[in-house]
Amino acid sequence: MLSIEREIYLDIVAQALDEFPLECCGLLAGDPATGRVVRYYRCRNAAESSRVYTVDAKDQLRATRAADDDGLEIIGVLHSHTHTPPYPSPTDVAQAPDPTWHYAIVSLAHGEASLRSYRIVDGAVTEEPVVVGPAGG
Amino acid sequence: MAVSVRLPTVLRPHAAGKTVVEADAGSVGDIIAGLVARFPGMSGHLLNESGELQRFVNIYVDDDDIRYLDKAATAVADGAELTILPAVAGGA
Repeated sequence: MLSIEREIYLDIVAQALDEFPLECCGLLAGDPATGRVVRYYRCRNAAESSRVYTVDAKDQLRATRAADDDGLEIIGVLHSHTHTPPYPSPTDVAQAPDPTWHYAIVSLAHGEASLRSYRIVDGAVTEEPVVVGPAGG
Repeated sequence: MAVSVRLPTVLRPHAAGKTVVEADAGSVGDIIAGLVARFPGMSGHLLNESGELQRFVNIYVDDDDIRYLDKAATAVADGAELTILPAVAGGA
């Protein structure tokens, strides 16, 4: 399960809209044991594309160190799909580096934001529940 | 004093769960080759079939991405920190 505080969810949707028509991306930090996201680090999409994303390497280092400093871990990545449903593409699956990560996708297709999350292990995709709730809840 | 090598979560199981391991100063390529010799399970994550650094791995010396330095030939001095992170990318 991935659980996200409401403020973080709103920040993710705002970023996806801000960067539309390009895909946006960022890193999720929290507790790997519970899947609870307590920080979101917006990252630059180094690919600057509406079809693919690459988390900017420098932003990734910055986010990883910030998470470390707060006793958190990077537990997943978020990217937007600007015109397709929030399901991992073959590219997403092929490039998923970490079986312990949460791969969250916010879709802006059909004029409405929707967020889904997946685990990707050895090329097999499994959707997981997403809970958006108040801080501490 | 040595070089501290900070490992990403996917590599820690190959190093008995350690987050940071020490290495001797040298080039990035030497340090990675040394890691693979000590922890053979890391090989496929770090090196391709030709023994070159994998494309989908980011390596930093202190704050700098080695792609913008001398890549595998980048020198790492005593006291520096080398950070390894999986590159994160995908598509729609």
